[in-house]
Amino acid sequence: MIGEVVTPSVDWFALGPVLALLAASAVALLAAVLVPPRLRKAFSAAVCAAGFTGSFVAAAFLYAYSEEGGGAVADAIVRDRFGALAQLIVVGSGLLAVGISYSQRTRDDHVGEYYALLAAAGGGMAFLVTANNLMTLFLSLEWFSICLYILCALEVDRVASLEAGLKYLIIGGFGSAFLLFGSALVYGSTGELGFADIASAVAAGGLSDDVLLLVGLAMLISGLAFKASAAPFHMWTPDAYEGAPTPVTAFMSAATKTVALVLTLRVLVTAFPQEEELWTVALAVIACASLAIGNLAALTQRSLKRLLAYSSISHAGFMLIAIAANNGLGGRALLYYLIPYSAMSLGSFAVVAARERELGQPVTLDNLAGLGWERPVLGVAMWTFMLGFAGLPPTGGFFGKFYVFAAAYDRGWTWLIIVGLAATAVSLYYYLGVIRALYVRPTERLELVPAGGSPPRERLLTAAVVGALTVTVGSFFAVQPLIDLARDAATALPL
Amino acid sequence: MNQWLTTTLIFLPIGGALAIWLTPMQRLWAGVTALLVSVVEIGFWIVSLVRFDFGEAGSLQLEQQTSWLSDLHVSYHVGLYGFSLWLVGLTAVAMAAAIAYGFWAGRERPRAYFGLMLLLTGAVVGVFSAQDLLVFYVFWEAMLIPLYVLVGIWGGAGRAIATLKFVIYTMVGSLLMLASIIAIGISQGTFDLLEGGPSSSTLVFLGFAAAFAVKAPLFPLHGWLPEAYRESPPEVAAVLSGVVSKTAAYGFLRIAIGKFPEPVQDLRVPILVLAACGLVYGSLIAFRAPDMRGVIAYSSLAQMGLITLGLFATNLAGLNGAVLQMVNHGLLSVTLFLLAGVVENRAGSGEFARLGGMARGRPALATVLMTTGVIALAVPGSTAFAGEFLILVGVFATGWIWAVIGAGAILLAAMYMLRLISAVLHRDPGPAARAGGQDLRPAELAVLVPLVACLLALSAWPAAISDRSFGEGDFPALRDILR
Repeated sequence: MIGEVVTPSVDWFALGPVLALLAASAVALLAAVLVPPRLRKAFSAAVCAAGFTGSFVAAAFLYAYSEEGGGAVADAIVRDRFGALAQLIVVGSGLLAVGISYSQRTRDDHVGEYYALLAAAGGGMAFLVTANNLMTLFLSLEWFSICLYILCALEVDRVASLEAGLKYLIIGGFGSAFLLFGSALVYGSTGELGFADIASAVAAGGLSDDVLLLVGLAMLISGLAFKASAAPFHMWTPDAYEGAPTPVTAFMSAATKTVALVLTLRVLVTAFPQEEELWTVALAVIACASLAIGNLAALTQRSLKRLLAYSSISHAGFMLIAIAANNGLGGRALLYYLIPYSAMSLGSFAVVAARERELGQPVTLDNLAGLGWERPVLGVAMWTFMLGFAGLPPTGGFFGKFYVFAAAYDRGWTWLIIVGLAATAVSLYYYLGVIRALYVRPTERLELVPAGGSPPRERLLTAAVVGALTVTVGSFFAVQPLIDLARDAATALPL
Repeated sequence: MNQWLTTTLIFLPIGGALAIWLTPMQRLWAGVTALLVSVVEIGFWIVSLVRFDFGEAGSLQLEQQTSWLSDLHVSYHVGLYGFSLWLVGLTAVAMAAAIAYGFWAGRERPRAYFGLMLLLTGAVVGVFSAQDLLVFYVFWEAMLIPLYVLVGIWGGAGRAIATLKFVIYTMVGSLLMLASIIAIGISQGTFDLLEGGPSSSTLVFLGFAAAFAVKAPLFPLHGWLPEAYRESPPEVAAVLSGVVSKTAAYGFLRIAIGKFPEPVQDLRVPILVLAACGLVYGSLIAFRAPDMRGVIAYSSLAQMGLITLGLFATNLAGLNGAVLQMVNHGLLSVTLFLLAGVVENRAGSGEFARLGGMARGRPALATVLMTTGVIALAVPGSTAFAGEFLILVGVFATGWIWAVIGAGAILLAAMYMLRLISAVLHRDPGPAARAGGQDLRPAELAVLVPLVACLLALSAWPAAISDRSFGEGDFPALRDILR
């Protein structure tokens, strides 16, 4: 018979989190045309939130019922707890991002498209963390990246937004090209696309010294480091973060970093266990570079978004230490670290968004002055996020760093701990600087004129900030249950 | 009940802080609540004093342990030894006095202020009772945040640079300690102070020592001290030098000496040298300082040197003397800083050039300052004399030279304290003293008199502390010392 197409059996359950978001995206896109403009904003935001919520529930079920990891859908994706936990983090971030986005005052005419793109980006990320071969990896990476390029440039009447979108597009495209070329080289060397197949082909063919493979691996790592915004592949980060609409920045800083790092760990330990000696050192070097560049550059920033962008680069460094440790503690460390980190990232950008809407201009350390007294909830939250970034108790950031250092110690890399501690000491200067700006203001210029009347009090944004605050502090006290989750998830990988 | 007592001591003030922050209190009620909580805290301390078995002061009592992070064998483990009990008492009394002083002095943004003071109380008590390295670190860091804000918001004109120096110094020390904690915890497989045995790693010891030496501060690491003590509000400076510096001395005792017997033996001489340098240097600078706070700040540096001498004598007399002197100096420096605040309030300045002759027409102020000053200069019969004497006896056994330096520095202490007393109370009245300002008000007396009464009581019976800090028991360092 001619034309018979062999279709693989599809594990719909494993695709649940992705499908929920795709459905939400489609409905939101339709709403942009069909729903009357008056209701459009509320409707599409509600649909997007429902999509993220459904996806969260689906991912939770997926976590619960995927004790035994294994391939699904013709081994294009993998169904395991590692992916499910990463999906939970990403989708949770997306949900908070919807809350932050709701009162953004720009582009009310294209609000349906905004939420459609947000949901679609979330879907791509949820798909990426389950990728099981190089093809799926590249496909889903482009899927969410393209959504984010558009989201960055969405405020077309603002030059900075366009610039951010363009920069992100060009440099992100560069990163994708690296990734794709690396994949091609690896495929050329081993003849395999699946992660596990690559590992067995390398073992069987004695390819561990193959130049083609090694160059491919190096390019793969570079490509992923672009997405994780680790130095020296971080150049786009400050500009894109600064120019993009703040809710988008919040989502990018939390979710993009999560998927890029989670995927880095998965690819490296499943596909390249034989090259362990090489990539652990490479990642340690990248981690040191990120810590140094991120922290030192953050010291001189006045714009809060740029400061947080550099801080996110330094946090990529911390999490790369966990990956470079390549042990059980490291896997746990990465997954645990991501939970408070995502919350703090989203929360702090949400506070920035609130201040931005109040003033109608970019937030700097100078015009942040007095926020802590004027809006105590946001002030206390921002304060907690900064302490969390700095790794001080009582926030999850403390245990995150603690686990990262413990993993490095377990591997015997004391020097990496020293670098990390030095970076933490430096970072304190600017994190405390933000706290100082919040509470200590020069009395001579107290009154900043809010743009367009009294400051808007957005309930959804405050709810998102309080949610992020709860996760940040809660992950400190409930560290054991979260570590249990992370450990069960990390056992899916050959660590 | 007994097992909850320590936890209550830690979390009662923290709960009070949360209550003040979360309920919309009037400014007066925030202060009243804070004062009430701090007095109840003293009450709970007295309860634990009664329930404590001093026959076994060297073993952990009022203990509580709950699993927290079992993945790395971290547990919420708290309890008190004899010496920790006294330090907790010092904290409760000193913080109550500081809060009362802040209440009467009137502070802007009272809810934030009183909440932070209570939070600080809880954190310090936590440090004194933590029996797990990670819990210890958490409380140790938790002290830093309220202090940063208290100095940064309510401090004087130069507060920005003062807080910056303070935070950078202490954080560098703390981070080194964190590295040591990770090293010791991962390699021993537990973070519990009692379960994990002694360690012989000099590097790990140095990490801890760095944190404690910065916080105390010990001689070359005191760069943050003068500005922090000058720019803080007086009651915060009182807490900083009276209570917070004791956490460092406690750390030396409980962790450095208690867990690292070998490195302590190896590094004893360098540490004693630093302590002696601090003692002499601090005393000399205190003698030349131009203002009240300068004298008290540098005398604090000197006293911490003396306490360190006693601790690193590592014999029973030295340790007993050090614990007694920690309590003495805590009470003394709290009283003196509050007095400095009182004087600055009246004269608008603490500079000796503008003071003088304050005794005339102010008998209460003169009496309180005189009594405190005389105890601080360790006149025989005072509790400070008892403490310093024990320290000298202890350190004499290590080497006579240390005792000679210590005795010389005590002479210097007499000089700078007498200079302070005469510069404030006697001499010709300075421009500020003539300007007016009454004697101590009843409210101020209510804060200061109990502190002086504590000092007088201890002078009558110093053995209350020095004989009841290390009894029979399982405190590891003590066993080795007595053997």
